[in-house]
Amino acid sequence: MPQATFKVYRGDRSGGEFKDYSADISEGMVVLDAIHQIQATQAPDLACRWNCKAGKCGSCSAEINGKPRLMCMTRMETIPIDQPVTIQPVKTFPLIKDLVTDVSWNYKINKMIPPFRPKPPEADGTWRMAQEEVDRVQEFRKCIECFLCQDVCHILRDHHMLGDPEAAAAGTATGTAPGAETEAPPETFGGPRFMIRVASLEMHPLDTDDRLPLLKDKLNIGLCNITKCCTEVCPEHIKITDNGIIPLKERVVDEFYDPVMWLWRKIFGRKDERKTLQQLPVVAK
Amino acid sequence: MDSYETHEHDVLVIGAGGAGLRAAIEASAGGVSVGLVCKSLLGKAHTVMAEGGIAAALANVDERDSWKVHFADTMRGGQYVNNWRMAELHAKEAPDRVRELEAWGAVFDRTRDGRILQRNFGGHRYPRLAHVGDRTGLEMIRTLQDHGIHQGMSVYMECTIIALLKDGDRIAGAFGYYREKGRFVLFRAKAIVLATGGVGKAFKITSNSWEYTGDGHSLAYRAGAELLDMEFVQFHPTGMVWPPSVRGILVTEGVRGEGGILTNSKGERFMYGDIPDNYKNQTAKNPEEGMRYCLGDKNCNRPAELLTRDHVARCIRREVREGRGSPHGGVFLDVSWLTHSDAFKDFKDPAWCKERITNPVEHIKKKLPSMYHQFKELGGIDITKEPMEVGPTTHYVMGGIRVDADSQMSRVPGLFACGECAAGINGANRLGGNSLSDLLVLGKRAGEYAARYAKEKSAGQIHNDQIEAAARWALSFMDQPAGDENPYKVQQDLQEIMQDLVGIVRVEAEMQKALGEIEKLKDRARRVKAVGNREYNPGWHTCMDLLNLMTVSEAIAKAAIERKESRGAQFRDDFPAKNDAEYGKKNTIISQAGDGTMQFRWEPLPEMPDYLKQVIEDQK
Repeated sequence: MPQATFKVYRGDRSGGEFKDYSADISEGMVVLDAIHQIQATQAPDLACRWNCKAGKCGSCSAEINGKPRLMCMTRMETIPIDQPVTIQPVKTFPLIKDLVTDVSWNYKINKMIPPFRPKPPEADGTWRMAQEEVDRVQEFRKCIECFLCQDVCHILRDHHMLGDPEAAAAGTATGTAPGAETEAPPETFGGPRFMIRVASLEMHPLDTDDRLPLLKDKLNIGLCNITKCCTEVCPEHIKITDNGIIPLKERVVDEFYDPVMWLWRKIFGRKDERKTLQQLPVVAK
Repeated sequence: MDSYETHEHDVLVIGAGGAGLRAAIEASAGGVSVGLVCKSLLGKAHTVMAEGGIAAALANVDERDSWKVHFADTMRGGQYVNNWRMAELHAKEAPDRVRELEAWGAVFDRTRDGRILQRNFGGHRYPRLAHVGDRTGLEMIRTLQDHGIHQGMSVYMECTIIALLKDGDRIAGAFGYYREKGRFVLFRAKAIVLATGGVGKAFKITSNSWEYTGDGHSLAYRAGAELLDMEFVQFHPTGMVWPPSVRGILVTEGVRGEGGILTNSKGERFMYGDIPDNYKNQTAKNPEEGMRYCLGDKNCNRPAELLTRDHVARCIRREVREGRGSPHGGVFLDVSWLTHSDAFKDFKDPAWCKERITNPVEHIKKKLPSMYHQFKELGGIDITKEPMEVGPTTHYVMGGIRVDADSQMSRVPGLFACGECAAGINGANRLGGNSLSDLLVLGKRAGEYAARYAKEKSAGQIHNDQIEAAARWALSFMDQPAGDENPYKVQQDLQEIMQDLVGIVRVEAEMQKALGEIEKLKDRARRVKAVGNREYNPGWHTCMDLLNLMTVSEAIAKAAIERKESRGAQFRDDFPAKNDAEYGKKNTIISQAGDGTMQFRWEPLPEMPDYLKQVIEDQK
């Protein structure tokens, strides 16, 4: 049976280093199998998150040879094993231990987003929606919250815009970004995951709430400069930028910066305008 | 002793999958303070793995469906040892629970007139499963999660409960640890709802995640509750069999609902050769009728591939055993046949089917996106072009904590249970799709009654010695100078024993042997050693999970030995027939005796009222 060497990051917030382990490689094996083998035979306290081992729960995100991936969906056959395979935790979030990072910031951001608020149902108490109307929303709802898109988003990864959303919600951005070098409190950027989450609500045919002010002022959608790194790493192949972020940016622009639309609303009212926007076609499919 | 943090809630829900979340939402709506404990991060629970759909008699696709048909299907599937009251409540309330999800933002696939679409599934007479492609569980958990976090509950993530604490007879709290730092935490609560899921990790080949170690079963057992029907472990007929590392991962029944066929190495559709008598009336006479059923012809019956899971699993095992299996020890599940140009050539009316699947490749990708993805990425197989190889995998436990049907309370006052860790609704075999609806219906009830209970009671007293004992036990694995056992190895050995000796086909001698082996493993589990410190240490966590795994394994073997017949998921090679006279009207009960040993007794089934007997009669 062929063997591979794995350089696995071992450490916590105070520091750490790569350590070498070896694992037997069998047909069809994925990286997570190798980690389990290492746990069972060489490093029982090696920390990693995993649940479903089938690409459905989004727990086992890591950087494999520098590429952000799900460990359970990365087959060993796709990785050269004539040289050591490096496995390290996702870089954007603070390390807890080994391959496990503190992703609690994402849960705070999620809680800032006002929940679904449907229009009143039909007389029989239910709603009617055509499949074509919900296709777009269903694409966004495939998200498994692996946070790989957050990991590669350079606004979060390199510029550490992981501000404290509770403070941001109160209008005072405080808190320190992990690894931030300056003392200025970080701003908040919601990141691709939550742009998609807002999109899934804003483009829901039944929803009546308006989350555009949140997008503009709190989640700072304007900071995204559409490098599409998020789309590239999405294991669910969601077209995050084309189908989610760009249409949302257009809505924000229409709502807050377009004088023609402003005039339109003055004359025809806000609601009608919103309805028209919802019928805009998707940019790419 | 070690310091610990303390939280106080009226209702503490342990487990944050579909059942736990639904219970927590309902308890919050009851106006009490709610804590929700999850072993993983929120939204990662095993519910995300559910693929096919939520069974509810909405009658959107076939107007002949009703709660009565759903009830009768559930009882027939469970071989009539189900708790009839739970099955009744479930069938009646499931439609409302599904519509409620839509009101909370779930986006189900739609019918042509814009309503919630429903699909065919094994054992369900009419298309009944509300679904979102083949990722329904993800849709459900995300909807509940995003709704739940705004209902005022406190969520404790990556926190594992190791002991329930009592004040006299009644429940008073729970004690556990946070994975991150390994620090202890005490929850004081007037009522506790267990929603911890199943026991799949007691077996080697399973579709279940690491979390499925029977925690709730074991916690409740040790707290004095009874375990019901533990012999009934569902082996889902279609798990992946190749490559080895993905063996056991689920392949949804939806594949068969969309026209997927099971064949052996000779190319025979072997399911048509073995149709049980009580399903003859509702099974297609030939492949054409079955395919027309899958495409919505209401005058047709379902294909033999959609018989109940217990039966299909045994047929697959037989084919493999008798030398007609696929190269890697399974059988073929093929949906790619739909894409062949001559797919329906043997049909009397091929045009009828062809019209309904104009673009078969896109049809498969749209209806089964996760399966397409899963086989492509993990198996290197394009399911629109070639057949899959599948075989049985441990999937679900029908057995669990014995609770009252209406309130979901166990015999321990204040201790409730719902979802997979509770028992009764499914009898000897669960129908696909009935789990997600069970989570919603009985999860809601558990939350509602737990809140009501908590409002009526004052908080119980928790004695320090209970807390100290739990903490001491947990730390004993860290401080084990004589410890010479690797926890992962003990767990693997247990999985081998359960798979080989208490698996899909059982005989008494093997199960007795398993009980002997479990005794030896218990001894080894006391000598396991955790290496390293308390911070996020999976080796240490495994040391503690072993106790729960041993408890449920012993309970499964003990109950399975006593039921000397074959019924539903329990197949006894030494008693291959069903024995209604002796075993048709009672359930197995496991509980802990005063001396700490596991004891067994029979419990007679409650008598079904006449109006329900009539419903079953009418649906025969």
